[in-house]
Amino acid sequence: MLSSPQRKPFSPRAVLVITLAVGVLLFGALFTGILVLTAAIKPVMIAAFLRQVVGVDPATWPHTTLVTWVSMAITALILLTFGAVISGATVWWEMRVSARMQSRIGYNRAGAGGFLQWIADAVKLLFKEDLIPAEADQLLFRVAPYFVMTGFALTFVALPFGEGLVAADLNVGIFYMVAVTALVVVGILLAGWSSNSKWALFGGMRAAAQVVSYEIPAGIAIMVPVLMAGTLSMQGIIRAQGAWPWQWFVFTNPAATVAFLIFFISQLAEGNRTPFDLPEADSELVAGYLSEYSGFRFALFFLVEFGNLWVMAAVLTTLFLGGWQIPWVSAADWTAARGALGDLPGAGWWGLQLLSMLVMVLKTLVVLNVIVWIRWTLPRIRIDQMMNLCWKYLVPFAFAAFVFTLLWQVLLARVPLLATFTGFIMTGLFVAMAALFGRQVKANIAASGDHVDLTNW
Amino acid sequence: MNVTAEQVIFLAFAVPLVAAAIGVVVARSPMYAAMSLVGAFFCLAGVYVLLTAHLIAFLQILVYAGAVMVLFLFVIMLLSLGGEGQQLDRLKQLQWLGFVLGGGGLMALLAWISREVAGAEMAAVGPDFGTIKAVGRALFTTYLLPFEATSLLLTVAIVGAVVVAKEKI
Amino acid sequence: MPLTPLQTYFPIGLVLLVGSGLALVLLLLANVLGPRRPNAAKMSPFECGSVPVGSARDRFGVKFYVVALLFIVFDIEAVFLFPWAVLSTELGWAGYVEMLIFVATLVVGLAYVWKKGVLDWAE
Repeated sequence: MLSSPQRKPFSPRAVLVITLAVGVLLFGALFTGILVLTAAIKPVMIAAFLRQVVGVDPATWPHTTLVTWVSMAITALILLTFGAVISGATVWWEMRVSARMQSRIGYNRAGAGGFLQWIADAVKLLFKEDLIPAEADQLLFRVAPYFVMTGFALTFVALPFGEGLVAADLNVGIFYMVAVTALVVVGILLAGWSSNSKWALFGGMRAAAQVVSYEIPAGIAIMVPVLMAGTLSMQGIIRAQGAWPWQWFVFTNPAATVAFLIFFISQLAEGNRTPFDLPEADSELVAGYLSEYSGFRFALFFLVEFGNLWVMAAVLTTLFLGGWQIPWVSAADWTAARGALGDLPGAGWWGLQLLSMLVMVLKTLVVLNVIVWIRWTLPRIRIDQMMNLCWKYLVPFAFAAFVFTLLWQVLLARVPLLATFTGFIMTGLFVAMAALFGRQVKANIAASGDHVDLTNW
Repeated sequence: MNVTAEQVIFLAFAVPLVAAAIGVVVARSPMYAAMSLVGAFFCLAGVYVLLTAHLIAFLQILVYAGAVMVLFLFVIMLLSLGGEGQQLDRLKQLQWLGFVLGGGGLMALLAWISREVAGAEMAAVGPDFGTIKAVGRALFTTYLLPFEATSLLLTVAIVGAVVVAKEKI
Repeated sequence: MPLTPLQTYFPIGLVLLVGSGLALVLLLLANVLGPRRPNAAKMSPFECGSVPVGSARDRFGVKFYVVALLFIVFDIEAVFLFPWAVLSTELGWAGYVEMLIFVATLVVGLAYVWKKGVLDWAE
């Protein structure tokens, strides 16, 4: 659109400025909103805000409840907007990365580096005809996207963004996450069945069989960090870890490393990501359960699918990779920065919160990037391989990791130093493996006569 | 907690719950019956939350609205019970029997509730009542034998599933 | 002023409302903005451009059903692990033994399924 022949195209510099402005403003506003609002909707904070800023007594002021509800509703809206926007940005990133990996150009029309493409796509889909096949079940066809959408939206309630930055730190945290994602399966089955199309039905059945199968190893693998932290709360699990890699659960217990891998693979499968994209394998099933969906109904499914990548990566970061923990900042520092509980916290506390959010977001993006790499590296597996991998490898290994962790925790109670020791060794091993991997990649590139070119990004 | 607020929330869950439950029985298409059941499960989870049975509420969603529902949907698809209602004339008489029995049961229940429970103050519960820790503590100490028996029951269920499926393959 | 148990659920209820509300608004908007020119070909189920053959409501392999049953069994089992994992330190040695027995029984179930060949999808 920006370079249509009828209109004088913007200069590349202007396009870059516009893109940067949109990107920075959009994400700046969203992250600021999440930072301020998720921290502020706690009753203590609202009470302090009313007393110190508005100058009324929250206990007697008639509108206290109203303020609480409105701020909660705005928070919910911002979190969902964030989910939608991050989903779009992930699509853009995925398309750019895949283009680089396949020596293509990729998105480059709307905005600098094609960054505005996902906005253009969303607007386009809004203007598309919304078809419901004549033979489809009219009601259930319409209901299915809501199941998927609410299942996705609900995960954001317990998803941590920083130390005090979570909409609700439920004490059943991770259990809640597992429970609400179960909704998505019902939505997928419903979409597949109600479409009354062979592709859709088969895709729906495959998707449901795959998702429910991989929920078992995922559920057992989750037990390992839960056992190590002794709590189900997402924030509690992060607090039980440290900021340095050798204090992360993934490295302090060999079984947790196994559990991490099992959980990672299961998450890929539950998100229908390659190599587990057989439910919507476009070369055999058209688009699986989505085949008959068009227009914005399709967009909602698509949004959830890519938005889920963020949720996936954030949960992995929370359970195994130390979440938002900042180096050199201990729990005591947080309490000190918070000051008196009845007062509004000072700038130092907000700075720490911002820092913790930065750590969390960076880790999540790294994990997300790995998920994107995997999609463009591995081929799709067959359905029998998918079932074998789940029931014959992941489930037994998850059980083994769980039982090992039982014994490990008993051992740790006697020899607490063991965790630190293991942490250092495992971190060292990981760094060595990463170095070897990098060297091999470099050697492969040199051997093929290719070179790394980042100039035309 | 304001009593009226709690009552409003209760009604907001209870009325759709009864409506959905009736929908399960009345719906002609098995698919719609299953969907009504999902709705009923959700409303029931809300009622559990009101009773401060937190763990049970999430179990309700995870196990019933999630797992059991998937099984139901699979069975509906497996038997290709279509969207069009199944006419089962021979069950017409049974319908009346069910109506009488169900209505009688409801009456008995209501009579019992009005005699035993109505008017009585609800006992206050501790702050950790119904939390995962409290339920777990009871489960793994007081109710240890039933808990271990569950694993046996689950294993029997696995064997049963295999036998049923193997016959058909 | 700690949260009462019920208050911790308010965000969940709100997100549920806002989430489905957002989906509803977007779909309504698309409904208003989008064109509406249906024809028979558009409204028929997609079958790669040819005329659809037979009904889509076909019967499915019994394997899917077995997977769902296995899922329920192991899901319920995982559900029991959650409260146990939270309490593991409190329960001590007795707790470990309890859980080992529980898990062992289920592993036996898994082994049975495996041996019976139910897990072999391609037969």
